Amino acid sequence: MANNAIDRIARSTPSGFAKRVRGLSDRTIAWIFVGPSILLLLAINIFPLIWTIRLSFTNFRVNRMNAPIKFIGLRNYERILSDPDIWQTMQATAHFLLWTIFFQVLIGFTLAYLINKKFKGNDLWTTIIVLPMMLSPAVVGNFWTFLYQPQIGLFNYVVGFFSGADPSSFSMIGSVHLAPWAIVIVDTWMWTPFVMLICLAGLRSIPDSIYEAAEIDRASKWRQFWTLTVPMVLPFLMLAVLFRGIENFKMFDLVVQLTGGGPGSITTLTSIDLKREAFEKWRTGYASAYAVILFVTVFGLASIYVKALNKVKER
Amino acid sequence: MSHFVNGLLRMRRGAWEMLASILIALGVFMLMQPFWMPAFTYSFTITLIGTVMFIIVSHFPE
Repeated sequence: MANNAIDRIARSTPSGFAKRVRGLSDRTIAWIFVGPSILLLLAINIFPLIWTIRLSFTNFRVNRMNAPIKFIGLRNYERILSDPDIWQTMQATAHFLLWTIFFQVLIGFTLAYLINKKFKGNDLWTTIIVLPMMLSPAVVGNFWTFLYQPQIGLFNYVVGFFSGADPSSFSMIGSVHLAPWAIVIVDTWMWTPFVMLICLAGLRSIPDSIYEAAEIDRASKWRQFWTLTVPMVLPFLMLAVLFRGIENFKMFDLVVQLTGGGPGSITTLTSIDLKREAFEKWRTGYASAYAVILFVTVFGLASIYVKALNKVKER
Repeated sequence: MSHFVNGLLRMRRGAWEMLASILIALGVFMLMQPFWMPAFTYSFTITLIGTVMFIIVSHFPE
């Protein structure tokens, strides 16, 4: 039956076309396969990027489609880069970025190191630790809001239990001093398993024979850790930092659910601010310039980071 | 240091990539530092120069 269908299609193909297809080079066939993907990439990635750059030099507002679009040169960039509120937003993002990466790497690597040791229930613990990563950021944001409740929240109760402070005497997401740490804690809780998994892959890729050779050379455990384990896991760790860095630079959903950028604007990260400019104030040209600044920053950082990663891999 | 300057003069990739990386890192630091507003204002220019330079010099010979 299938053969009949194929035969029928083959017979119905015009002979001229069939000859042309048969005469195609491997390179042409490869282009035919890759072409649609490249077209799609151009349509949904490259074209919007170029369009955003173009819009960043205009006063375009998407809620006033019929208004004439005026070319205003670098004015959007000038206004962004002299705005103290945006400067504050950048500092909030830097605080969030640095501390989340620091804690995630520290705890993630430690957990991976412990999980890598053979013990009973190893797989079960790995599954339990990985659970937060599988949840939706909206869900995590919502239930951490409850955990942070000063009256009924478990987090406040635990902190109060260990520190002796009254649980209702502080509010993690209502305090200007504590809110930046509240979002750091939640992001660390959620994404440390991701760093742990990458580190675990690195640790498991180290052959036992290397440690055996080090044992024969009477290298201490401490020395083995610093001269074997750390250098061999470093490329994996750097990869994890790259992924988390890029991801956290554009962190949006979790923080919106938790604090909504408040109190005041203390936890307003750049992506939240950008969304407000683009879709609440409808300043499309201005928001485009903002997006271009963030894009260049992430792109530049990723470039030097990938270069450093390749250097580490070459060693 | 002289090795680095030599690399720059002889248009070698390593030295120029290093310079571009320093510019990008400096630009990002200026963007996110909490100390001095003028540094924030000029941060994007520095990052942009560094990034464009990085793209160009990565095609230089080793």
